[in-house]
Amino acid sequence: MKARVHVMLKNGVLDPQGEAVRHALGQLGFDGVEGVRQGKVIELELADGTSEAAVAEMCEKLLANTVIESYSVEMS
Amino acid sequence: MHAAVITFPGSNCDRDLAVALERAGARVSMVWHKDQDLPKGVDFIGIPGGFSFGDYLRCGAIAANSPICRSVVSHAEKGGYVLGVCNGFQVLTETGLLPGVLLRNAGLKYICKPVGLKVETSNSVFTARYNAGSQITVPIAHHDGNYFVDDETLSVLQGEDRVAFRYTDNPNGSIDDIAGILSDNRRVLGLMPHPERMAEAAHGGTDGAAMFDGLVQNLVHA
Repeated sequence: MKARVHVMLKNGVLDPQGEAVRHALGQLGFDGVEGVRQGKVIELELADGTSEAAVAEMCEKLLANTVIESYSVEMS
Repeated sequence: MHAAVITFPGSNCDRDLAVALERAGARVSMVWHKDQDLPKGVDFIGIPGGFSFGDYLRCGAIAANSPICRSVVSHAEKGGYVLGVCNGFQVLTETGLLPGVLLRNAGLKYICKPVGLKVETSNSVFTARYNAGSQITVPIAHHDGNYFVDDETLSVLQGEDRVAFRYTDNPNGSIDDIAGILSDNRRVLGLMPHPERMAEAAHGGTDGAAMFDGLVQNLVHA
């Protein structure tokens, strides 16, 4: 089984990389991009039976820094 | 004073930190990240700059979960002294020993240059040999030094006189110009600038030396 973890900066935390991407899109002529937020996707290969709660604990302990980042988990 | 300096894969200021401590009179033991325990009788732990574990995932995140860091946390929780410089500061925020986090520099560029710092408090062993309000020049060398913390914690840091250093000309977007902060018991200091790179005349300045002199003099009994 697999889990896919999405890690994003929380609202209110400045994202200078997202801002640079927004600026670059504007320079390429893509008008109307009003904001860009850049995050991470982490894919985990898991032993069968691993619980979503265990993945949430991985996020809390290592995969996300919850001071500035939020995360969501998709199990499949 | 017996100091331990931790080396992670990718640390590159560990020897500089050790030399600065030795010059001030400390006995220094180098400790590898896979060691579980600190040498007996260690009074002080230095976490050096560099790029521990290649800055993978987040700067300092993997190092903060290495075996030796459990001993660092327990040393600090028992009232022990810890200094984190640059990547060491990032490691300390990732362990939770210091609040907040270091984000990518606002200008997105790696910055390596001497910067002006204002010493905001002399109330700590790290800053006891400085006069509060004085200005010093110390180099920075980082890509992720943009200190961020929520407003509530920021007020606590300000109210408890825990901002140790501020930039005189903010190079990286840090909130409230913060360059270094103290823990609530004032025994853990994290800062992005490198005092160990300004600790003897051959470095082009000695403004960083007082930090190591203060540390050694205040902890000399142990």
